[in-house]
Amino acid sequence: MIELGAIEPFLMRLRLRLLRALQRPALDLPLLGALLLLATIGLTTLYSASNLDRHLVFNQGARFVLGGALMLLIARVPPTVLRNWTPWLYVASLMLLIVVEVLGEGRGAHRWLDLRIMRFQPSELVKLTLPMMAAWYLHARELPPRLVALASLALLIGAPALLIAKEPDLGTALLVAASGVFAVFLAGLAWWRIGLALAALGAIAPLAWHFMHEYQRNRLRMFLDPESDPLGNGWHIIQSEIAVGSGGLFGKGWHQGTQSQLEFLPEHTTDFVFAVFSEEWGLIGVLLLLALYIFIVGRGLWIASNARDTYSRLLAGSISMAFFVYVMVNGGMITGLLPVVGVPLPLISYGGTSAVSLFAGFGVLMSIHSHRRLLPR
Amino acid sequence: MNTPSPRTALKDARHESTLFRTRAIAGFLLIVACLSVLAGRFFYLQVNRHDEFIARSDSNRISIRTIVPSRGLIYDRNGVLLADNVAAFRLEVVPEQVPHMDAMLDALGAVVPLGEDDIQRFNALRRTKRPFDSVPLRLKLSEDEIARFSVERWRFPGVDVVPYLTRFYPFGAEFAHVVGYVGRIDINEASRLDADLYSGSTHIGKTGIERSYEAQLHGKPGYEQVEVNADKRVLRSIKREAPTPGSNLYLTIDARLQKVAEEAFAGRAGAAVAIDPRNGEVLAMVSVPNYDPNLFVNGINHIDYNTLLNAEDRPLLNRALSGNFLPGSTVKPYVALAGLELGVRKPEDTIVSTGEFHIPGDSKRAYRDDVRWGHGRVDLREAIAQSVNTYFYGLALEMGIDRFSSMMAKFGFGAPTGIDLVGEGSGVLPSKEWKRGRYNQAWYPGETVIAGIGQGAWVVTPIQLGQAVSVIAARGVRHTPRLLHAVQDGINTEPRPAPMPQPAPNFIRNPANWTAVEEGMIRVVNSPSGTAHGLGAGFPYTIAGKTGTAERFSRTDEEWTSIGTSPIQRHQVLFECFAPADDARIAVVVALEAGRSGAHDAAPIARKILDTWLRFDDPQLAGTPP
Repeated sequence: MIELGAIEPFLMRLRLRLLRALQRPALDLPLLGALLLLATIGLTTLYSASNLDRHLVFNQGARFVLGGALMLLIARVPPTVLRNWTPWLYVASLMLLIVVEVLGEGRGAHRWLDLRIMRFQPSELVKLTLPMMAAWYLHARELPPRLVALASLALLIGAPALLIAKEPDLGTALLVAASGVFAVFLAGLAWWRIGLALAALGAIAPLAWHFMHEYQRNRLRMFLDPESDPLGNGWHIIQSEIAVGSGGLFGKGWHQGTQSQLEFLPEHTTDFVFAVFSEEWGLIGVLLLLALYIFIVGRGLWIASNARDTYSRLLAGSISMAFFVYVMVNGGMITGLLPVVGVPLPLISYGGTSAVSLFAGFGVLMSIHSHRRLLPR
Repeated sequence: MNTPSPRTALKDARHESTLFRTRAIAGFLLIVACLSVLAGRFFYLQVNRHDEFIARSDSNRISIRTIVPSRGLIYDRNGVLLADNVAAFRLEVVPEQVPHMDAMLDALGAVVPLGEDDIQRFNALRRTKRPFDSVPLRLKLSEDEIARFSVERWRFPGVDVVPYLTRFYPFGAEFAHVVGYVGRIDINEASRLDADLYSGSTHIGKTGIERSYEAQLHGKPGYEQVEVNADKRVLRSIKREAPTPGSNLYLTIDARLQKVAEEAFAGRAGAAVAIDPRNGEVLAMVSVPNYDPNLFVNGINHIDYNTLLNAEDRPLLNRALSGNFLPGSTVKPYVALAGLELGVRKPEDTIVSTGEFHIPGDSKRAYRDDVRWGHGRVDLREAIAQSVNTYFYGLALEMGIDRFSSMMAKFGFGAPTGIDLVGEGSGVLPSKEWKRGRYNQAWYPGETVIAGIGQGAWVVTPIQLGQAVSVIAARGVRHTPRLLHAVQDGINTEPRPAPMPQPAPNFIRNPANWTAVEEGMIRVVNSPSGTAHGLGAGFPYTIAGKTGTAERFSRTDEEWTSIGTSPIQRHQVLFECFAPADDARIAVVVALEAGRSGAHDAAPIARKILDTWLRFDDPQLAGTPP
């Protein structure tokens, strides 16, 4: 038992910091504005997709508030502090992944850790700690990284990614691995090495089939030919394409999408919420939404470019680029361009931990932005 | 921590910063390129293939449901309801929602009894429907069955109790042979029926009026476009086209007459037909024994059906429509009229009946009178009144079979009358052509002789005989008998009379010929010499009639007294009549499969029918209130 007296000053300090964060937010206003706009679009879309379920929208809003608070808090933490904590955070998150593997719970997959007050997905933590670790590692090395450094990085990125893939949660594993790989890419990995890596990846791709679960294979089969099982495995893809395609140029209008309102489209508040958006707002809405996402990614990369040290640059850069992966994988999935992989559409799909971890990531970006000068103002 | 030295950090800082910048730009361009591909995909789906997907989205959400039209009702000529629609409940199954059909049917059978034929029919029917269509499984559930199913319902997803309208025949067996019945559509019918017209329909007319006027009774289904969700649950109606209910039919039958006629048979096998000779309207049509048509509506079980099918007295046979009777002496008025029309006889010509007739040049074979010692000298009228065989033997022989047959055909013998019922028999009118076609044998003069008294191969149906006697009653005008009186297209519209087919042209050239024959028939009933004399007692109108008593067993000289059958069942007995004789408004034919004689057994039934008719035709004359 920890004595209450020891915790009391810590809580006091935390409260003080939170208050200061709210009074004098160290924030990038364009990025904040874009995020607020996105969150508003997200809640509006969810309200429609859930068939006007206020309770659900309220839950999601509460998570946004929680995530926003976390973002403000992290934005106050100087990148140097983050950097110093990085190895410990990384190791801790890796441990949690192992714990989850042993005693985690969840629908057919070991993802969750029950913390009594909330359930928690350690893989969400890794989405942040892994790019931090990669940035930390590269920060200390000569850039572009040499072969030995790359081997170590492969291990640092590969270990958590494989652990998550084994849960199995291919979508998150992909996102986690991507964020690490982007750090290496931004660190200036030679183009010929990139080409070589892609070639090697293509070569071992058929091997992956061997390690896949049956449901994953089915998803891949259905991606190639959804009409072969229209009422079974192909249903998701077909109904999603119908939703998107029937939206047309201008969409059917808010809360008018029959595919989702009449429940032909499964998972229409979570993984397939983008299809609802596309059905109701049409191509115009989709293009505007994609533009907003590009703006957020671009702003993130701009913040990264102006960061004061390598760690901050690589971290901000890889977080921003990983954000793009969400959009690409989810958008590709609902349009049948990519196989079905459970990746949410950032800040629009209903779901707790991903929204919180996304805000945490943006907190890091904010922190890097506000500490871009060597001396604080 | 492994922090690099400040020197190297400072030295590398600018280089790393520019390196990062180029990479960030490259990464950004990569992202924009990827998202452009994604945007292109959206464009492809939302613009290029928009029409296709909007159609598929509509076919997802819009489902077309059939609204079954209610079947037209059937009334008698006075509006007495003969076929009604009543509410009932049935079990329906949506095959798509049942994971293991056989296991489900087994389990369901323990809750609600399911017959072997229920399941067979269900399995056959669901093959013709789409998997999400509801298919009826068991009809006409009892309250008890509904209650038991409701308790166990959770065990049977996709099975539901559905209300529907079912046919009910309030008179039961009495109109079985006229109105007929509806039954479940079987596989053969399903394949030939108009799928649009019958989508949703479960029943179809199988016999009687229900069958012959199926097209009018069925009506036209309505359609409802409904919005459904992914579970096929109906959310709202988009467009509704109301069904057109089937037309109500008014039959020419008078239910009161029908009832008396049926009761008059007292269960004896036979048939009766009452026709208005002025227009061919059938006022009563009875076939005894009969059966309860209600048994067939919701699926008759095998045991009941086999009992009916194999019963010795054949209740399923419509004797009035297709029962084969030997006409016997009932044909004599027609033969007489034919002889007069052909000029072979004059009404005043007489012959001497000695009890025997021989074909000239053949003394061996004797053709007999009913009275062994003969009737003495008779003219045409008396020959009819006393039913003198020898008069007609000679007459037929002189006419010759060819002229004889063609004249008889003018009365409608040997062919279906064309009454508006399905399954009519045609009887047999003997002729040279008929015999060659049937037996490939030559015609013998002896056959012509016995044809003159309605014996031999000659077979009639009661409706044929009814039409023939109506021809005489109407002085040569032949109407096609019919059962449809009027058609009502909606409850609020006035019934419109059914179109009357044009009668055949009158073939009697000399009205005096008709008068002579009629006088003969009047004498049958009213002269002391007549075979049915006394039948007209107390009846205000003159009745003209003719008896018929045909041997059920072929008679040779030896067998004449040795027939084992009791005399009261020895003959097929018939009676035909019409009244009032000079201006007939009703013609009646009664045929019994077994009896002593036409006058003894068939004529009293005809009289009861006439008495009842009179009460409704002219209550004051009948002397009793209707």
